[in-house]
Amino acid sequence: MKSTVIKEPSMVQQKEMIADHFQQLAEAAEHGRKVVYTFVPGNLTELMLGFDTLPVHPEINALQSGMRKLSGSYIAAAERVGHSEDVCTYVKCDIGMLLDGNVGPTGKKLPDPDLLLLSYTGCFTFMKWFELLRERYDCPVAMLHVPYQADGEATEEMIAYVARQLETEVIPKLEQVTGVAYDRDRVREHMLRSRVAEDDLVAVLEAAKHRPSPIDAYFGGVYYIGPMFTAFRGTEAAQAYYRQLRSEVDARVAAGQGPITPEGLLDEERFRIVVEGPPNWTHFREFWKMFYDEGAVVVASTYTKVGGVYDRGFRHDPDRPLESLAEYCLGCYTNLNLPSRVDMMADYVRDYAADGFLINSIKSCNSFSAGQLVMLRHIEDATGIPGGFIETDLVDPRYFSSSNVKNRLESYFQMLAQRSSGQEVESA
Amino acid sequence: MKCYVGIDLGSTTTKALILDEQARPRGRGITNSRSNYDVACEVARNEAFLDARFNLFEAAISERAAGIPGAEALPRALRGDFAWEQHIHLQGELEATCRVEAERGPNREAVAAALGEVFEQMTADASKLFGPDARPRSDFFRDVAGAAYMRLAQAAARRHDLPFERLLGIFDKSILVVENHVPEQMLAERIERALERSAERLELSTEALATLRELVEEVVGEPLVEDVSVGTGYGRARLPFPRERIRSEILCHGLGAHALFPGTRTVLDIGGQDTKAIQIDEHGVVTGFQMNDRCAAGCGRYLGYIADEMNVGLHELGPLAQQATKPVRINSTCTVFAGAELRDRLSMGQRREDILGGLHRAIMLRAMSLLSRSGGIHDEFTFTGGVAKNAAAVEALEGLVDENYGQRTLNISPDSIYTGALGAALFALRSATEQAPVGANGGTR
Repeated sequence: MKSTVIKEPSMVQQKEMIADHFQQLAEAAEHGRKVVYTFVPGNLTELMLGFDTLPVHPEINALQSGMRKLSGSYIAAAERVGHSEDVCTYVKCDIGMLLDGNVGPTGKKLPDPDLLLLSYTGCFTFMKWFELLRERYDCPVAMLHVPYQADGEATEEMIAYVARQLETEVIPKLEQVTGVAYDRDRVREHMLRSRVAEDDLVAVLEAAKHRPSPIDAYFGGVYYIGPMFTAFRGTEAAQAYYRQLRSEVDARVAAGQGPITPEGLLDEERFRIVVEGPPNWTHFREFWKMFYDEGAVVVASTYTKVGGVYDRGFRHDPDRPLESLAEYCLGCYTNLNLPSRVDMMADYVRDYAADGFLINSIKSCNSFSAGQLVMLRHIEDATGIPGGFIETDLVDPRYFSSSNVKNRLESYFQMLAQRSSGQEVESA
Repeated sequence: MKCYVGIDLGSTTTKALILDEQARPRGRGITNSRSNYDVACEVARNEAFLDARFNLFEAAISERAAGIPGAEALPRALRGDFAWEQHIHLQGELEATCRVEAERGPNREAVAAALGEVFEQMTADASKLFGPDARPRSDFFRDVAGAAYMRLAQAAARRHDLPFERLLGIFDKSILVVENHVPEQMLAERIERALERSAERLELSTEALATLRELVEEVVGEPLVEDVSVGTGYGRARLPFPRERIRSEILCHGLGAHALFPGTRTVLDIGGQDTKAIQIDEHGVVTGFQMNDRCAAGCGRYLGYIADEMNVGLHELGPLAQQATKPVRINSTCTVFAGAELRDRLSMGQRREDILGGLHRAIMLRAMSLLSRSGGIHDEFTFTGGVAKNAAAVEALEGLVDENYGQRTLNISPDSIYTGALGAALFALRSATEQAPVGANGGTR
């Protein structure tokens, strides 16, 4: 490891939280804890905590496998049992991991699910994914149908519709599986903690409006959203984590420091970039370094909103717990229509004084990659700033072509530099 | 003369272009990119400086020696004879390397004898390649020597009862050795020998030769000072340049196209393995771009592959395709599948001209998709890269542009292959004027 590796207390804190969570999962059967498999977008963590269940997020396991260089062999294993090359690579990675003994990122075997909680349906693949898991585990499924924000808003009817399903489908299933009765006050307590942590997360993300930005809101951002988007929202640990993180980021702002990266502190902020689309996980560090080497800092990203769009005002509301959860599910970034996504990107470019914006299109994700070229055009029109477009994948290492991505990024950053210097050229 | 050099290290060829302080192109050089990028870069650069000297000589003749009988024909003859000298030198190196390689295997004597015959004939044939009635040929030693060697080695192998593969293997290993170092320049000696040869052929009088020799010596002695160099192209990261002297080929092609055709707003560049669609503003500044991703079907290499499959030269593809009367619809965009489709079509009895016509259209359809991704085609539209030399490709492009966007001015420069190098050289010149004095990369040539 390089001597420049910087570890802040929040990083250690998060690592401990994750280790503890996987330890609890490993011991779930021993302690009679029920395990719920669910997804990040629209995750009902406060509700699950209210039933004392432990969540497992298959897509988080997949991205962890990608980062740990295991996804290639998992995907190959899934392809051997018949999953096509074109299927979402998160799914194949998860299936492959399952075939390989379902050992989680900390080296401990993950428990089988007691319930598959499909709390978000905007990604159609999620449904197919859980169909596969249901076949394997033969366990109950709770399905929450979340209407797509086709017209760019979550109407009262939509909220009522989702809240009703929570009441009539999700809660009864959770009660049935856990044997615990729904306790509204308990859920409200978790939501109160969520709110506090959500305020702190937004403060952290919005700190990127400073120049230089004290954070990288994409590569660094995926760590910052970790606890909020997974098993910890609504816990005391998450509340403490975000308090700590915010104080660290505040200190960096006060000191005029740039973001911490795996290569060390980024001293010179040359480009402020907004990014759409998830990062590539198999070459995460290499991908980040391509930005670092150019002095490019991501000041805002849409990926850090897939588990909740808090910076646009949403907060969990303990006074109307089910309606608030419904609003949460409806409002995730993945549930927004193309014009809303364009608006968000254009606002980010303006609000964060970005020099450019990039779309990382995911080869195996048809749900969210479709329309991105149209988005690019519209964001360009709205901001007057040229966008960049690259294609990689989530966790299939075969679809990350380093030299091509690097070439594309270098060209894009040089184009921005040329644009900002506004030089005129004489004809030869 | 102060020189600003742009080097475009592409996947197939490496190009160098020299500008003077007034941004006028003074010399161009090209070589095949080989496994050793440093060498390719140096060879292209040397060729560009050589070309610059020949251009200076040409100018000196027309300014100061136009009246001398035979002088007007000298620059062209001298170029040919100089190339001949270079070729003979490289061929000598190749022969020596082949002989060392021959010592490493069985049948040494028979192999040595066969090699002797092959190289003797190659030397005798060289006059047909470089003499006054030379046929058009490739610019690259590897291609020229390779074609001659293959042809002659087949017959020699039969005569000496040797497997052809043995001689082929010797060539394959030796050409790598020869290509992976920069050949000695020996400018003064070589130009003197070339001058004698040219003078004899042009029947120059003793007095005329003396005057012209002075001009030649003056030009050879002219200091060409490499002030700043900028590198670009696929292999740019491997160029022995500092980071700030390396520019993306997107920027260089945009600026180069603007310099060639100032009205350019959209650039299409099809190179060996890249297709780039670039939008530029009125200053040549890139405003957007798209490149092919994950797959290089439809690039120059694709045409090379098709030429191999059809057993014709790359430069013959375009003219053949232009003879298509009923172009075949080619569906496969994968290079390897296209080969299969091609054989299938041939076996179905379709004319190869019609198949090639369809293939050229298929390539351009891919380019059109990239162009629309990048924001469409705006007037004027400049087509660059090696594929722009292919008339059938240009014809297919023109048709598609007209169908999809209506009337557009299509610019193609005969020097389009140097567009990236020109852009890089302009960046070199710009950086020199902006932050002079700049630490020079090169020295005096």
